Amino acid sequence: MDLSTINPVLLIASLMVAATPIMLAAIGELVVEKAGVLNLGVEGMMIIGAICGFAIAVETGSPLLGFVAAAVAGAVLSLLFAFLTQILLANQVASGLALTLFGLGLSALIGQSYAGIKPPPTPKIDIPLLSDIPILGPILFGHDLMVYFAILLIAAVWAVLKYTRLGLILRAVGENHDAAHALGYKVVRIRILAIMFGGACAGLGGAYLSLIRVPQWTEGMTAGAGWIALAIVVFASWKPWRVMLGAYLFGGVTVLQFNLQAAGVNIPVQYLAMSPYLVTILVLVIMSSSKARSAMNAPAALGRIFHATH
Amino acid sequence: MTDRLLTIDGLTKAYPGVVANDHVSFGIDAGEVHALLGENGAGKSTLVKMIYGLVRPDAGAMTLMGDSFAPPEPRAARAAGVAMVFQHFSLFEALSVAENISLGMENPPKHGELSARITKVSHDYGLPLDPERLIGELSAGERQRVEIIRCLLQDPKLLIMDEPTSVLTPQEVEVLFQTLRKLSSEGTAILYISHKLEEIRDICDSATILRHGVVVDTCNPREKSARELAEMMVGSALLQPQRDAGEFGEVVLEVKELYVPATTQFGTSLKSVNMAVRAGEILGIGGVAGNGQDELLAALSGETPSAEQTVTFEGRPIGHLGPNARRELGILAAPEERLGHAAAPDMSLTENALLTAAIRENLVSNGFVNWAKARTFAKKVIADFDVRTPGAHTAARALSGGNLQKFVIGREVLQNPRVLVVNQPTWGVDASAAAAIRQALMDLAGKGAAVVVISQDLDELMEVSDNFCALNEGHLTRPRPTKGLTVEEIGLMLGGMEEEQEVAHA
Amino acid sequence: MLRLEKRPTPSKAWTIATPVLAVIATMVAGGILFAILGKDPVEAIKIIFWDPLFSEQFASYSRPQLLVKAGPLILIAIGLSFGFRAGIWNIGAEGQYIIGAITGAAVGLAFYPAGGWYIFPLMVVAGAFGGWLWAMIPAILRTRFNTNEILVSLLLVYVAEHIMSAMSFGLLRNPEGHGFPGSRNFRDYDVAANPELITGTGMHWGVVAAFIAVIFAYVVMTRHIMGYQIILAGQSPRAARFGGVNPNRLVVLCFAISGVLSGLAGLFEVTGPAGQITTDFNQGYGFTAIIVAFLGRLHPVGILLAGLLMALTYIGGDLAQLMLSLPKPAIQAFQGMLLFFLLAFDMLVNFRIRLAKSEAA
Repeated sequence: MDLSTINPVLLIASLMVAATPIMLAAIGELVVEKAGVLNLGVEGMMIIGAICGFAIAVETGSPLLGFVAAAVAGAVLSLLFAFLTQILLANQVASGLALTLFGLGLSALIGQSYAGIKPPPTPKIDIPLLSDIPILGPILFGHDLMVYFAILLIAAVWAVLKYTRLGLILRAVGENHDAAHALGYKVVRIRILAIMFGGACAGLGGAYLSLIRVPQWTEGMTAGAGWIALAIVVFASWKPWRVMLGAYLFGGVTVLQFNLQAAGVNIPVQYLAMSPYLVTILVLVIMSSSKARSAMNAPAALGRIFHATH
Repeated sequence: MTDRLLTIDGLTKAYPGVVANDHVSFGIDAGEVHALLGENGAGKSTLVKMIYGLVRPDAGAMTLMGDSFAPPEPRAARAAGVAMVFQHFSLFEALSVAENISLGMENPPKHGELSARITKVSHDYGLPLDPERLIGELSAGERQRVEIIRCLLQDPKLLIMDEPTSVLTPQEVEVLFQTLRKLSSEGTAILYISHKLEEIRDICDSATILRHGVVVDTCNPREKSARELAEMMVGSALLQPQRDAGEFGEVVLEVKELYVPATTQFGTSLKSVNMAVRAGEILGIGGVAGNGQDELLAALSGETPSAEQTVTFEGRPIGHLGPNARRELGILAAPEERLGHAAAPDMSLTENALLTAAIRENLVSNGFVNWAKARTFAKKVIADFDVRTPGAHTAARALSGGNLQKFVIGREVLQNPRVLVVNQPTWGVDASAAAAIRQALMDLAGKGAAVVVISQDLDELMEVSDNFCALNEGHLTRPRPTKGLTVEEIGLMLGGMEEEQEVAHA
Repeated sequence: MLRLEKRPTPSKAWTIATPVLAVIATMVAGGILFAILGKDPVEAIKIIFWDPLFSEQFASYSRPQLLVKAGPLILIAIGLSFGFRAGIWNIGAEGQYIIGAITGAAVGLAFYPAGGWYIFPLMVVAGAFGGWLWAMIPAILRTRFNTNEILVSLLLVYVAEHIMSAMSFGLLRNPEGHGFPGSRNFRDYDVAANPELITGTGMHWGVVAAFIAVIFAYVVMTRHIMGYQIILAGQSPRAARFGGVNPNRLVVLCFAISGVLSGLAGLFEVTGPAGQITTDFNQGYGFTAIIVAFLGRLHPVGILLAGLLMALTYIGGDLAQLMLSLPKPAIQAFQGMLLFFLLAFDMLVNFRIRLAKSEAA
């Protein structure tokens, strides 16, 4: 065992990369839940995004087009969930599970001929001067565009929810759909749009896995990332900046356990590999045990079925 | 007439199985306070929903200020100058007053400007409000203010108020009426929906009376007595319940220093509640909605257990016992919310009979349900309490409110309780069913049971209860004999002023 | 425009008709999917749903497989149905299945190579215990700390998979396995094996357990107060509390039932059809069982039929892979689709579709 092989600068830099897919998926799900909808299909939408993004990037040679395709694919898949839960009033838990099971199967089907291929590389943006700063340079300024895009997205969601009318309406719909309906807001339409936004974000997160983080396509490659994103929304008590914190925490654990594996720590790999899941559970427990705090911010109409009758 | 604001001509709306409004016609002038009077189910709500654009009429027409008026949605109605304060507020608890009001406006101004306007308008009309507070922290009366201010900021020509006083104390009602008079003097017309006759005689210039969806009369309520109005509204003379005032026995149920923390973020916690009920007594507990009624019922039924000694039954500590252990002793309860609390909506009446009667009626042996026996009991409740339903296999949600309430009360009464606690026993129930339920409660007390009636309907409490106390923000006042209580005294008790009054006497 | 109108009482006819409709709709949509993949849709559907049972060429092999695959699906789905009825979402049955297999196998392997009639029963108990234990984690976290049981039970699947992998490489590795990962094969250890009971039927102890579970669930759901309380809590939690149901006890109870049954399914699988603990021992039965539970409308008899049907799609899928080189994941997508259609048609049970009148048009 040689812990000195672990380079803290690289560790933090790769933490930001490891956190990005989860951050993207979680911020999307946060918007969905703020609108009062619980979509447990994040895992399914992520993996569909992963394969569609991968396939388009390989076919066109453009990672950018890949990401666009992933967002579209995630949003299209989420429409299935939206149709079931918003139009046909199906149970949200069951529909979300269906989305995940279907997404996993469909992605494996699409991905048949893409196993073992390398995707076109996504360029890193090296900002001259800034990336040359010692320590901070490689940590903060040597990443690909999506790392910054994810952070920008967090900021944008925060600002929209807090300062704009759109954000206010979204929160109102998630808080009390009957009241929002009585005021003449289109509850179903707003929720469908939120669900699609969540789907697009999950798709981006999935594509980040297959195009940048891994980068390769393997069946079931999301390996629970979607579920961890769901847990991070709870951890963040539905606050955008805390989603970022949660994603970095998760990214940190993931990267650290990889580094420990590489350093040859005398623990079987499998026990190191399960640590991110255990940490996520632990964090969930801590957050939910302080009842008042998590109940405070949870959208009141979360998961409830809305049926307009008048 | 030159100042006619709104004319309603032949509005008709039918739902499957019922004609909610049948060729309803009347008119409202600018600055007029116009009452819409009728029993539950008379069609008042449907009518105002059509005016507000929530429901579209099947036939008929409306004219607003000389122009044809057919709002396809509330937005259009608001744009035309119609505003509405709902009976059940459409507010968002986790959002601030200003955010709530902003949501109800078409083109809300910037946050700071809106807050300033809220502060100003609310003070001008005697309904002060802090724009930054969360709705969840406000009392029912304050929440209504938010709704009213939201309407007033839009300068409405017509303000519709649906049962506005049902959540207010008598003092708050007086404040509201002053506001309404001021509005009316400024030329705003008010459509005032209520079934409370004295209020209508107090505030309204004219009244349209609905019965079964039809306009039965239009009158000046000030020229009619409450009794005349009641007869117009109900259509037939009511059977008044008769009660043999008996002697009270020993104290059966006693509560000492009961504290129950609020279960939800915006719930009400019970603070130092003390009460005792004797055999044969009906204790009435008044109070405005949201002052701890649900919490008190849950503490008495056993849904919210408390410290062992805080609740005693015939001297025996039972605070820690759950609902079924209390049922075994004979303490039964009927909560306010019929569907989803007192009864499971999708379950049959037989299954709902099992919900509370499993123990006292021996419907379960060795863990196995005796369905035949449960069915027999359900049928007995249906027969004895005149529940109108195709049979015991019908789902609870298919019953009308009154019939389900009769079933719920009957289910408890027929189990021969030693103590029965009911919350809002006749809420939303038609007059004849309400009379039957009140009679059943009084008969039960006559047979020696201790009965606690929690209700927001003061008339009901005056009629049935021997002693009266009030819940205010989780505090329970000391009980006083109902006989001889004046409206002012009741109002002070409801407003939580009793203690100060006693200090003044001392 | 169409409008949904809530029925006064749920429709009995549609309750039975919707799963059938969903299966038909899935066949149509699946056929389209297969056509896109360049396969003859009619042929593919016939191979999946007809040939495993009636083709002279394959039926003798695939008919017994029906019970082999249906056994664990039914066993797990019956367990899940209790919780799903009560609104308690254990979606980590896959993890409980894995842990049950590991604990059961571990007990058996500890006795190797001893003989004795008591070894297999002990393993069954250990398997049930393992599944129960794994299910208690989300249950206790939920009741003690109010932690979301959906997320915890699911995340624990990944933990269980890693434990399984660690066991295959470490503690349970076959010492005579030439260094390959994986435990000893129970086929070579008679007293601990779960063989086919009647040759040519596929019947093994796991299938017997599944049938017993169906009967048990039927009696509990229709006659016992526990079943009543579970259904009540699912439909109307507040009414259930008023009726004296302790919601926390119900959470523990439902997780316990599904944990035990999933653990048993794992144990019977590892000692029978699978034979050993390996890195890819689990086949996703724990997730497919969720579909089975819904397809069977959470009713024991329905689950029995749904389990058989879902087993058929597995076998038919394998056959289609062989005959048409239909990709394996196509069947997984097909099964997911089935759940979609089921949820979509479910609306007909509680709602009526009406042509909207001019309302808000």
